Amino acid sequence: MSTTFDVLQHVMVPDHKIMSEEEVSDLFSTYQITHEQLPKIYHDDPAVKAIEGTIGDVIKIVRVSQTAGRAESYRLVVRRPKK
Amino acid sequence: MTSPKRIGKIEFGLLSPKDIRKMSVRKIIWADTYDDDGFPYPQGLMDLNLGVIDPGLRCKTCDNRAGDCPGHFGHIELAKPVIHVGYTRLIRKLLRVTCRGCSRLLLSPEEIKKILGPADEFSEDLITEKDIKKERVCPHCGEQQLKINFEKPTTFSEVWTEEGRKTEHKLTPADIRARLEKIPDEDLRLLGINAVVARPEWTILTVLPVPPVTMRPSIILENGQRSEDDLTHKLVDIIRINQRFKENQDAGAPQLIIEDLWELLQYHVTTYLDNEVAGCPPARHRSGRPLKTLSQRLKGKDGRFRGSLSGKRVNFSARTVISPDPNLSISEVGVPLAVANEMSVPVQVTPFNIEEVREMVLNGPDRPTITAPCGANYAIRPDRRRLRLTDINTETVAEMLEPGWMVDRQLRNNDIVLFNRQPSLHRMSIMAHRIVIMDGKTFRLNPAVCPPYNADFDGDEMNLHVPQTEEARAEAYILASVQENILSPRFGGPIIGGIHDHISGIFLLTHGKRWFTKSESIALLKHCTPNHLPDAEKVEMGVPMWSNKQVFSMILPEGLNMVYKASSCANCEVCKKELCERDAYVKIFDGKLVCGTIDKKSIGAFDGAILNRIIRQYGMAEGRQFIDDVTRLSIRGIMHEGFSFGIDDEDLTRTEYGQIDDVLDTAESDVERRIKIYQEGQLEPMPGRTLDETLEMQIMQVLGKARDRTGEIAGRHLGLSNSAVVMAVSGARGSMLNLTQMAGCLGQQSVRGERIVRGYDERTLPHFKKGDRGADAHGFIKNSYKSGLTPTEFFFHAIGGREGLVDTAVRTSQSGYLQRRMINALQDLKVAYDGSVRTTGGRIIQFTYGEDGTDPARSAFGDPVDVKGIVENVLKEEV
Repeated sequence: MSTTFDVLQHVMVPDHKIMSEEEVSDLFSTYQITHEQLPKIYHDDPAVKAIEGTIGDVIKIVRVSQTAGRAESYRLVVRRPKK
Repeated sequence: MTSPKRIGKIEFGLLSPKDIRKMSVRKIIWADTYDDDGFPYPQGLMDLNLGVIDPGLRCKTCDNRAGDCPGHFGHIELAKPVIHVGYTRLIRKLLRVTCRGCSRLLLSPEEIKKILGPADEFSEDLITEKDIKKERVCPHCGEQQLKINFEKPTTFSEVWTEEGRKTEHKLTPADIRARLEKIPDEDLRLLGINAVVARPEWTILTVLPVPPVTMRPSIILENGQRSEDDLTHKLVDIIRINQRFKENQDAGAPQLIIEDLWELLQYHVTTYLDNEVAGCPPARHRSGRPLKTLSQRLKGKDGRFRGSLSGKRVNFSARTVISPDPNLSISEVGVPLAVANEMSVPVQVTPFNIEEVREMVLNGPDRPTITAPCGANYAIRPDRRRLRLTDINTETVAEMLEPGWMVDRQLRNNDIVLFNRQPSLHRMSIMAHRIVIMDGKTFRLNPAVCPPYNADFDGDEMNLHVPQTEEARAEAYILASVQENILSPRFGGPIIGGIHDHISGIFLLTHGKRWFTKSESIALLKHCTPNHLPDAEKVEMGVPMWSNKQVFSMILPEGLNMVYKASSCANCEVCKKELCERDAYVKIFDGKLVCGTIDKKSIGAFDGAILNRIIRQYGMAEGRQFIDDVTRLSIRGIMHEGFSFGIDDEDLTRTEYGQIDDVLDTAESDVERRIKIYQEGQLEPMPGRTLDETLEMQIMQVLGKARDRTGEIAGRHLGLSNSAVVMAVSGARGSMLNLTQMAGCLGQQSVRGERIVRGYDERTLPHFKKGDRGADAHGFIKNSYKSGLTPTEFFFHAIGGREGLVDTAVRTSQSGYLQRRMINALQDLKVAYDGSVRTTGGRIIQFTYGEDGTDPARSAFGDPVDVKGIVENVLKEEV
């Protein structure tokens, strides 16, 4: 039996997906933003590691929402500052 | 409007001695301020080069008069360097990480590489104190390092062990400065210090800036004496000691005296910078009051940041005690004439209103009665000069008036003002009202708007602000007016509604079926909007009669359909609907109350089902109208009957008292029986509980039930003819539990949810035997408030009551601080036009506000759409 498990399979971990360049530019134009205005996620976040995201990627997270049923959000992968 | 700017970077650095001398306009050498003629000494602390504060004099630096001169810095050359208290921790760190011999960082290049990790572009790692082992040998020059001891506030010393004895050697600021000077720039870089703007030796002062006189003005007392600012006092001390130090130094005084003077100078400079440093007695004024020096000017609630920049005192505001006036609309506020006469609104004089404004100017500043037309306090000429209107000059000023002038008009009825009560915890704490000028000296408000302000009339004071421009008035009215704030964004329901007597009154009026004659009906509806009675529901012996439900229906808008259960509903298993004997099944059909009682659930603040529906169906204005009508009708309703409560309303008959005694006796013997079982070891513990816990729980349960039983007995006797029952059932105030405690039995007093166990050894009070587990020995109160408590019972009651008081005190302070942190974190977020929540920099916090984009104030108690309510309204029946 392996000691590791897939975090993405856990019920409390929402769906993470790396967005293609096209999707990212669409996102930036709909919200009229640049990458630095996105919320951030650390590169060593377990979910980011599981989907093999690298610094600079934009990740689409689809959650089950109490109010809306389904909510999308987007995060930019950044390096975790030390300490 | 200026365009928003993005801040590229902020640089923090230290002032170098060179910088200080460069910005200084004068070297200060004399500790004196003014000579006998009241003229500043040259090179004294009030030197004319440092700026002017006395009218008539000119600044020697910029040639401006007092008011225009911004003030200029001077400087004091210190005899010997002293430590800046604000940087002691930085100094300590630097002394500990650098060599005492060569001042290099105590790490070899290889070690540095290991700590910093691979050098890539993201690396921002810095070396900290922890990276360097204590008392090691310098890798650069091989010097053995010593332990650096720091003693608050400003003493540094080296400690080493010599022949088993601890030896301590004090470091003078000059020694420290010499060490810091030698630290290379590259080593500082690794510690996160930019040596270009902040050389570490600059934290040891060799020259002290003297702030301009404009930031430490002296004030002239009534007796003509000058009183200097605290900072000036402190600077005088520094110069005196500095002078004495220099003289002793030049005279070649012994080392001991020099050291003492050095320490004294250090103390004065330390307290000048911060007079609340740990381990340092604060410098005091002659009167014994601690001096307010530089750090104290900035710190804390009344400091420069929180007191002068984030918050300020404002003009056009008033504050006084509040009192109730149920005849006002909820959107109005009663303002005393004295306040209305003092406060003003600017009016631009135009060809179209000049006659009207001239009339105001002629009326002058003293409006005699509340009905008199408003006057004016000031006329402002086109060159912005203000002319104060007095009784004498009104006519001359009125003559001069022409378009282009402005007039500060006094407040009059219907002006819009902002009304506020602290603490301003939510947006409903500041609402816009229209004013009504009244006699008396208090602000008057409709008691129905008390809940959003959390106000009562036990001496509360409130603030009033008068918007001065058209834009401000429009914004206040459209966004902040009371009617726009009836629905709370906290839970999407009305926060304004009937309270206390409104609910009792409407309950008494609408409960069951009653009949009113024409004059009675008109009297009830006298102050409400409707002005036509409908056809009478029945004619009795030739007299037309109107039912109570009919009277209430008068204030309901047409086409309103609702079905729900009132708060007096007992939640029966099978609802009898229209036949409910409590009349708790409310049915409104096409704006007519068919059956049911109107109470807290229908019109109360925080509930208000009818109010909620009216606002959603007919809008805010109609909602406000309904609150005004319902409060007036209910007040008339309660007056129609009369409503009072007295001590004999808690009286029961002898039978009930007998029954209550029986219940309590049975309970007590039950407790005794259980204790006996426990003592005999026969008690079965409950799963996961010890024997003691099980017994305690059983006792609590038995006694709790007993109290409820007494309540039931009392409740059986006290019906709706009792005012307390009416208030409890309608939800106006109090509960049946309160009534139980007044008439039946007070019940178990508790501390932290358990019976009272604290006190003496194995007993709560010396009145009981040791180890007594009985009901009365642990805070069970058999008496009621009516019958009166025994001394032991009274004491237990005080113990239980104290816990409640402590809890409230702790909760308010904790929640207040939590609130402050929340506000600071969230204050600049806003919902952008695309529905996203952003910071001022445009950074996205949420992609859609609340993930569903719903404004909670417009939601139906949290849900975006009130499906059930809409369906019921269309089908006109319960679903």
